[in-house]
Formats: sequence, C-alpha cells, structure tokens
Amino acid sequence: MFRNQYDTDVTTWSPQGRLFQVEYAMEAVKQGSCAVGLKSDTHVVLATLKRSQSELSSFQRKVFKIDDHMGIAIAGLTGDGRSLCKYMRNECINHRYVYESSMPVGRLVRQIADKSQVCTQRSWKRPYGVGLLVAGVDPRGPHLFSSCPSGNYYEYKAIAIGARSQAAKTYLEKHLESFPSATLDELVQHGLRALQSSLSEGELTDANSSVAVVGKDLSFTILEDEAVQPYITALKEDEPMQTEGAAAAEEQREAPAEGAAAAEGGGQAAYEAALREGEGPAPMEAD
Amino acid sequence: MLPRPTTHSKALGPGVAGPELAVATSAVLDRPPQPIAHLPLSGAQPCAVDPAVLGDPRQHTKYPYVTGTSVMAIKYKDGVLVGCDTLGAYGTTKRYKSTQRIYRVNSKCVVAAGGEISDFQYISNLLDELTTEDYRIDDGLELTPQEVHSYLCRVMYNRRNKFDPLWNSLVVGGMQDSQPFLGMVGMVGTHYTDSHVTTGFANQLARPLFRERQQDDMSEEDALQLMYDALKVCYYRDKVSINKFQIAKVTKETGASISEPFALDMRWDYKLFAQPTKWAVGAW
Repeated sequence: MFRNQYDTDVTTWSPQGRLFQVEYAMEAVKQGSCAVGLKSDTHVVLATLKRSQSELSSFQRKVFKIDDHMGIAIAGLTGDGRSLCKYMRNECINHRYVYESSMPVGRLVRQIADKSQVCTQRSWKRPYGVGLLVAGVDPRGPHLFSSCPSGNYYEYKAIAIGARSQAAKTYLEKHLESFPSATLDELVQHGLRALQSSLSEGELTDANSSVAVVGKDLSFTILEDEAVQPYITALKEDEPMQTEGAAAAEEQREAPAEGAAAAEGGGQAAYEAALREGEGPAPMEAD
Repeated sequence: MLPRPTTHSKALGPGVAGPELAVATSAVLDRPPQPIAHLPLSGAQPCAVDPAVLGDPRQHTKYPYVTGTSVMAIKYKDGVLVGCDTLGAYGTTKRYKSTQRIYRVNSKCVVAAGGEISDFQYISNLLDELTTEDYRIDDGLELTPQEVHSYLCRVMYNRRNKFDPLWNSLVVGGMQDSQPFLGMVGMVGTHYTDSHVTTGFANQLARPLFRERQQDDMSEEDALQLMYDALKVCYYRDKVSINKFQIAKVTKETGASISEPFALDMRWDYKLFAQPTKWAVGAW
C-alpha cells in the first residue's frame, strides 16, 4: 500500500469506496505473529507463536482466557488486545452474575464487532489494531470466530491470522476434512504443524509456542512451557515422515510411529496434569 | 450491688460519685465537647433524616392493592405443571375475575405470580424485552428457565435494596436441558428450586398434599389429579379465591402451553360442614 490523499482520516472515503485507515489497521494485524485456530466436533484449539523483544525479555502473551468456556488469541497491537480482553471478561462475568450461565460465544463476538465498527465511524477515534481468534463452547457446540478491526466477523472451521498466515491457511485447507472427527491430541498436532509452516526461520520450542484448548467438558486451558513440550516433541518426531517420499515413508513409519505413540502417551499424562491443576472452574492464568 | 448515687455536676462530669457541693470552674465549663461514640461530631441529631428527602413526593411500595393469591407447581415425569386461579382481588373484594397470572416466556419456560398484579405485569414486560432481544439476535438461542430464575432473583433483590420491592412471589417452571425445572423467587429475592413449589396460602394447604403424593416420575394423569386436588383445597379454605383456574404445562414435546380457564366440581353438602359442631365433643 502506498500513501495517498484519502488516508488521513478514518472518516474519509476514497473514490474507489475504500476506507484506507481501516485497511491500514488490518495491516497492523498482519504484522503480529501467527495465530492458528481450528475446531472439531467436540473441541476448539488455538496455537500461537510468541515473539520476544530480545534474548533477555520474556515472550509476549498471545492467548487470554475470557471465561471457563471461552478464550482468545490475538495478533497485532497487544495493548488493544488487552483492552478488548478486559471488555470481554467483564461482559462474561456480568452475564454470569445475572443469568448464572455462560455467555453465548457468538453474541459476545458480535458485541466486539459492533464496538470495533463504532471506531471506524467516529472522526475522534481510531480502529482497534488487533485481530482476535475467539474459541469457545456454548449449548450449540464448539465455535471458532475471527474478528478484525473493520468490525467484520466470521465463524470458521479453521483459520490463521498474523504474519505469514497464508502458509498456515494452506496447511489447514489441505487437512480440513480430518478435523471434525479428530481427537484433541490430533487437533493440537494439526494446529502446531500449521503454525510451523508460518515460521520463516528457527523452529517451534516450548518457550515460543502457546496452545489453548477448550471443549464441552473441558475448561479453557492454556498449555505453555512444560505442558506444550510433549506436543513439540511429537511434532519433531513426525518431521522425517513429512519430508520423505511415499516409498521411503513405508520403512520410516515404524520408528516415528513408536516415537509418536510414546510422545502421545507422555502428552496425555502431561496434559492431564495441566487439567488437574485447572479442575472445575479453572483458575485464570496469572501473568 | 446497688448503684451508687451519681452526681450530675458539670465539674466532675457524668456518672461520677462525688461531693454535692463541688463547684464548676471555668476550666471545666468551657472545655470543648469530647467526641462521643454514639453522637455525630457535626453536632446533628443522631438518625437524622435529610430534610430534602421529606419533600420528595415519590412514595415507595408499602402495600399491594390488586393481588393474586396462591400459585402451586409440581414436577412430573415429562415436565412441570403450574396452576393458579384467575382472581385479581382488591383487598377482600373479588374484583377482577379473569386475570391471567401465568406468563409464557418462551417454548421452554413459564412464570406465574401471586401478589401485586401490576408488578407482575411489569415483570412480564421485562421478560418480554429479553425474549424480543433473543428474537432480534436470531441465533436460535432461547432463555432457559434457570436463566429466567436467576434474572428474576437479581431483579427482585435489587428492588428490595432500594426499599421499593416488587410485591410478588414468583414461580418459574420449564424444561432445562430436557429436565424439568421448578424454582421460586420471593419479593425480597429469596430463591430456591425444588420438585414442588407453592406460594401464598398454598404453602399451608397444598404443600402437605405435594409432600405426600408428588414424585418426580409420576405420570401426567396422576400429576393433573394431584394439581386438581390442590387447587380444590385452596379454593375451599382460602377466602379470597374463585372457582376458575388455569394450569400451564411445559414438556419437551409439547413446549409451553397455558390452558383455558376451567372450574372444578366443589361440594358444599358435606354433613360435617353443614353442621360442624353436631358431632363435636361437648356439643349439644
């Protein structure tokens, strides 16, 4: 995009019918690191890549729990993301206070979208510079939504946002058929593999990836560091299979399969440990 | 111990025994008043009412005017039954004989009320607003009876905190996740759920019948018969009630429906009722 004479104000249309400021806000989302979301018939998974300022600093949080049944992953301006997160948490807890039940995911996403739209139609405001992936479960099943600065939102079966997300989207499109019936572990693996395709350099480690899961009988749980390590390990074990041709894969299948099975078992145990910590109304992640 | 005689001498201060001829010096008389725990430092009267409030023409609810009497409700195998009469009484005058005291919220939930009819109409309005909002959003989600119950509890409690209560005893009945749901909310926000729920006179009259005969897995005929018996008892023994009833039924298959008003057979020719003291001990 290049600068032009119609992009100073969010309330100025271009002759082609575009609002440039809103489009620039969406560029800010594309600058954030990649976040991937996908759902099956029973669970929703968010997988994100965390960035760090320097070797000395911690990695920037990308996944936030909103309520026991809902959470978000952000890409873009973290400050704006935190502000929307606070709003969503407030709405959910107020709903719970009045109705003693969990807020329907779609309704909250619509409220966020309406809030975002207001910022595109006031000359004294600016659009939010953050895209949200909202993962949640309500009486109608698991849901995955994506909201963006323009005030648009869609429900998705699988989506990726942020830098180099096209590569992740390509992976998701390829394996879309297998998602609805996938188990939770398989779903997480798909999410991490999609995330991996968006990496330009380096690799996924337990320090720079953050995974979150939610399901009908599963509170929104964030898996980081030790909790996500088993999945990262399983990912690496599978790698030789992906790069080899079909014929060579025959011989290779035995070894990686065993390794993957052991990692899966370890993954399950570590995952259950993370669950036990977050039993019932799971505690909010302190940060 | 007998209380010792105390002096009220300004020199010595209160509650102190001392010589009757103690003389108050200026040092004592002019000392500044000590702060006393039960009196405001400002010097105002304790428990003073802000004069501005006394001029306020608004009044808060003190008494109900047009009232409904008992409501009774039971769970049974397929759902819930909610029954009450259709009287709006003005004190003890049976003034409005066709008031509907049951409100259908949606296909899963009904709310019935005893107490002030106008307050119940206001509550029905609030619920209507919620239902309309659900309709507008159009995402297939409806308010569940448990959510209606929690919402009404919050409304009643908040009004009570403003010393301006909605003068109703509410019964919320419906199907929650394919299970029968029955709850009650009182006028100060007291709330609970149970297998059978009653308000007003039915607390004393119908509850013993329910305790004896209501089962969560009873059939619809048994449940209806129990409801008729309870309604009859309330009409026999409650002065301010009429022989015109409505029963609402909420089940998974049929949704929520309110019956047309009907009457029950009453007998006033019981011998004991005609001559109540004839067989009493010591009667002549």
